This record gives sequence, C-alpha cells and structure tokens, in this order.
Amino acid sequence: MSDKLVEIKNLKKHFKTPGGTVHAVDDISFDIKRGETVGIVGESGCGKTTTGRVVIRLVEPTAGQVLFEGKDIFTMGRRDLNKARKDMQIIFQDPFSSLNPRMTVFEAIALPLNYHKIIPGARQVDIERRVLELMETVGLAERLINTYPHELDGGRRQRIGIARALAVEPKFIICDEPVSALDVSIQAQILNLLKELQRAKGLTFIFITHDLAVVKHFSDTIVVMYLGLEVEKAPADALFEDPKHPYTKALLSAILVPEVGANRDRITLRGELSMPIDPPDECRFAPRCNYYDPAKCDRGTPPLVEVAPDHWVACHCIGKDRNDLKQTV
Amino acid sequence: MNKEANVTDKNNNETVLDVQDLVVHYVLEDETVEAVNGVSFSLKKGQTLGLVGETGAGKTSTALAILNLVQTPPGVIKSGSISVCGNDVLSMTPKQLEKIRGKDVSMIFQDPMTALNPVMTVGEQIAESIRYHEGLSMKDSIDKAVEMLELVGIPGIRWVEYPHQFSGGMKQRVVIAIALACNPQVLLADEPTSALDVTIQAQVLDMMGDLKKKLGTALLMITHDLGVVAKVCDAVAVMYAGRIVEYGTLEDVFNTPMHPYTEGLFNSLPNIKDKAAELIPIPGLMPDPTKLPPGCAFEPRCRYAIEACKEPCTMRSASDTHLLLCTRYDDPEFEIDLKRGGV
Repeated sequence: MSDKLVEIKNLKKHFKTPGGTVHAVDDISFDIKRGETVGIVGESGCGKTTTGRVVIRLVEPTAGQVLFEGKDIFTMGRRDLNKARKDMQIIFQDPFSSLNPRMTVFEAIALPLNYHKIIPGARQVDIERRVLELMETVGLAERLINTYPHELDGGRRQRIGIARALAVEPKFIICDEPVSALDVSIQAQILNLLKELQRAKGLTFIFITHDLAVVKHFSDTIVVMYLGLEVEKAPADALFEDPKHPYTKALLSAILVPEVGANRDRITLRGELSMPIDPPDECRFAPRCNYYDPAKCDRGTPPLVEVAPDHWVACHCIGKDRNDLKQTV
Repeated sequence: MNKEANVTDKNNNETVLDVQDLVVHYVLEDETVEAVNGVSFSLKKGQTLGLVGETGAGKTSTALAILNLVQTPPGVIKSGSISVCGNDVLSMTPKQLEKIRGKDVSMIFQDPMTALNPVMTVGEQIAESIRYHEGLSMKDSIDKAVEMLELVGIPGIRWVEYPHQFSGGMKQRVVIAIALACNPQVLLADEPTSALDVTIQAQVLDMMGDLKKKLGTALLMITHDLGVVAKVCDAVAVMYAGRIVEYGTLEDVFNTPMHPYTEGLFNSLPNIKDKAAELIPIPGLMPDPTKLPPGCAFEPRCRYAIEACKEPCTMRSASDTHLLLCTRYDDPEFEIDLKRGGV
C-alpha cells in the first residue's frame, strides 16, 4: 500500500461563462500522504474551494487526474464513485446553505448513516444512539436533536455538517473553511477535535482556509493559490519561516496578531483579486505585486520551480539560490 | 437643542456616547432571552472602543439598542439609559430618532452583501442620507456622494453602478461611505471586516483608521477578532452572556488580562509563531441565554470557579482604567496563569 492516499495531477477546472472562460483551477498538482494534512490557502476567488470540490468529483474536472488509493476517481462509474465517497467526505464552508432546511438535526445526521448502511441491521434505536454520539462529539446539546437548521446559529449548524461528515467514518475529509463561521473558543474546540480524530483514526485532510494561523496549526504541507494557480508550495514550517513569493509574504503580513503594537509596518497590497477570465500568459499577481518590474516579470506565466527541498515557488524573480526581489512600490 | 449640544461636543473632548446599565431582553412565548444584562460604557470623541465577545454575547443587541433599533416585539429595552451626543435615545419619538440615525450615530453592518439595496445605484444610496439630513438637492447630494466614494477609495465615476457590480471589499467600502456621509459623531461598526479577505481586511482597516483620524469620529468596533482589536482600538470591553466582564485600555486588557474568560479567549487562538503549542479551548458552550445562572455566567466553564462564584457579583476596579467582573479577586492572592496562545 502506497503511503500516498491522494495524488492530484495537473488538475484543471474551467467554467464557460458568457464573458469568457474562467480558469478557476489551472494546473494544480500535489500529493497527500496518509494521515497528513495539506492546507490550501488563498483569498476568495483563488480557486481553493473549486479545487476541493473537483478532488472528490462534486464538480467534473476539465483536465487532470485524481488518484484515491491509486484509483482514478474521474474514470469511475456512478456505483464505484458512490462507494468511494464513503471514504471521502467534505465539510462545507457555509453552514447556512449546506443543510436541508426541512430536515431536523437527527434526519440530517442519520441520512449518511442510512445511505451508506453504516449500522448493520439499521435499527432505529441504534441509529439514534449513533446520532447522539456524533452530536456529543461535535458539541451539540442533546435537546437540539429535533430542531431545524433555521432555529440554530451558524456555529451549531456547522457542527451538524461536521457530524455528518464524521458519520460514515471516512478516511479522507476535505475541510472547506470549517471553522471560519465559528467563535474562537469553539474554533479551538473544533480544531482540537479534528486533530484528535486525525490522530485516533489516521484521517487525511485537505484543509481549505484563508486563515493562515489556523492552517499553520493544522498542516504538514501548505499550498498557496492565487487566481487558480499555485504560487508557492512548501512544508508548513518552511513556508512560515521563509515565505518566498511576494503574495505569500503579504498574506503572512496581513495576519493581525492579538498583541499591543504588533500590527504596524505591515505589507498592504494594492487593488483586489480580479477574475481569471481567459487569462493571458503572464504573471497573474503582477498587477498587485509590490515588487513588479516589467523587465523581469513580463515573460509569461512563471513556472513552479523547486527552490529548496520540497519548497516550490512560481515567481520570475526567485529561483534556486536566487532572489531578485526588489521593492518597486 | 441638538445643534448646540453638537457644537459643544465638537469643541471639547467630551463623551459622545454613554451607555448605562443597559438591559435588553427578547420576550418570547414561553421564555425570555436575556441578551444584554446591565452593560455600561462610554466613548469619547475620536476614541475607539472594541466590544469583544462571541456569538450570543449581546454585542449586536447592544449596538442596535444604541440606535433604538431593537425589534419590538419580541425585543424589550428593559432598563438603562443611552445618550448620544447628550441626547437620550430611549425617550425619543420615531421622528427624532430618524433625525439622529445616520447623522449623529450610524452603523456599519457585518455583511455588505445584504446591507445594500440591490436595485439602487451606490451613488443614490449614499446620497439618500445626505439629502435627508442635510437638505441638499438631488444634484448636490450626488456630488457629495461621489466625494464620499473617492474618500473610501472607489473611483467617483462608479456611482452609477449597482451593488452587484462591486466586489465584497468594495461593497463594504460603499457601506462605510454611507455611514460616514453625514460625518457622524459616533460610528457603530458591527464586525465590519469579518466577511472580507485578509488582504482586503488590511486595506479596509487602514482606511477606517485614516478616516477616523481625519473626521474625529468615535468608533465602537464590535468584533470577535482580537487581532483587529489590537490593530484599531484604544479601549476594550470583553462581553460574555450579556455583561461586560473586563473593561480597560488596550494595554490593560492585552498586556495584563485578568478575567478567566479573557484568558480563555487568548488561549484559544492558534499560535502563529509556535506550531506545536496546543490550543486550549474553553470547555463547554455559552450558557443558554434563556436560563442564565444567578451568579457568574462564566462559572460553569471557568477553571478557577469556586462555590462563591454562584452568587451574584459586581464590577470591581483593578486600577483606575481597568474594571472586571470576577468574584475570585475577592482573594487578594488570586491570579490567572495565562499561557499566551495567541502571541
């Protein structure tokens, strides 16, 4: 058995729109080892959520391969895919739209149990006991079992989502901003819970987030995305100690530290993310980059280069033992 | 009367917002949600107070009460007094309230996606409040709206565009432009950046800081993000279950936090510098606001709790500027042993 649980190879997802083709995910490749966590970081519109969805084929890919335990999930038939999905779960970002408003907490959590026939015999009492167990694991009070999502706040709704994902005892979970809707004290509980589950059950995660503090706490490897492209990919410690790409530097510097006087001298980026609609062959970060230099940067899309062991960067100004970044703004 | 009060406020370094013993309850058929239970704080001209707390702490209810916007029924402002620029908000008629909302005090809502009217251009939405409060003509108010857009960093020519043509960060800038259009004395910002991306959050916070300096607006920053507080606030009030449990200057609360709940908040934050550090969550959940205990509401989750914590407690001062609500400090030896998770 290979130690790689998931292999993602040259994954692409383009959406055709009347205004042109949106290159939401443009050539992403990485592997995830069993029991490890890959964090995907970036801002809204960078393609991180789409990547997560394509990886478990909730959205059909435009090109590329995803191997789950060596099997290509894009060529699987409906039946095999459904079976494989028992091992691959996703926790969604928005607890307001990811739950069926007509299902009670019990029904929502029991559904995957019934669908994948997790409990042999499927006696109502057994299912109820399992649902209560799951609710306890994620910190939902027992009295909420017959409530509907609209009666609950965002934090509690997200807990239902987590309970549902855990219900089928998957091997691999994609966590799409699972804690961004939660309060800090609860966030810590959920992060510890996910970590604990990972240790106990050897779970493998893709952790999608915009919160670098959270992703550092959680990940072995971090992939930084910008407008559909990987701009930097490195072991978590290396990325935090020595961020190379100008965008990663700015992202790290935008973290607000809860400490008096700690938040001065930060790098502020100009402008906002655009949309990668029919993007020309050029550095997509250049318009916001504080180091943009037409002489070096206008040479097409920068390739991903391994600048140190396992540390990959896509920037014209950075190579192996080479760093030509010069502030221009 | 309004005018005179405003003039004196503008000239002196006076209190522009004063909230005393505010109690807001939501009376439902068979239970009462005790959202805000005796909150007091004040805000001087140009000052920024961070109101920190988690979901259900009563932050938003407090802000809505300041505008007298608590929905009735089921909401009831049971007691307390709120004065904005010397005017008692709670005794005002709806007509008088309309006059101060947007003029003396305005609010930035959390979600810019739903705070704007989708079928009006952003320019018209900014101009609406200018026209109402300053009695300008349509054309003049649009001109002023264009100026406001420029002020928040949006090209003025975009005033003819509709909200859907703007990104999230841009929409929040529009909301801020509306809130600041009539140069209010007090600005209530309810989680203004939590719906935004980090790099955009940085831009918006920088901009709010600059505008505040330029216009001298007092800001009540409602947030759950201690990083945002450290960046923009001078003073901090930590709320839990409808009460302020710790209140002081930024340095008081961040350098020498004293309340066990404040400690818990800091310990819950992932440490950006030390990955191996364990997160120490606060055990348990926020108490059910329909069944608050008579004593300290944090007692069931507090690792320092003793029997005496089950009795009602009152605010005490740790120093001239630092207040807290914790019975444990009856014991002069008592200290929390904070492990700073967030630093």
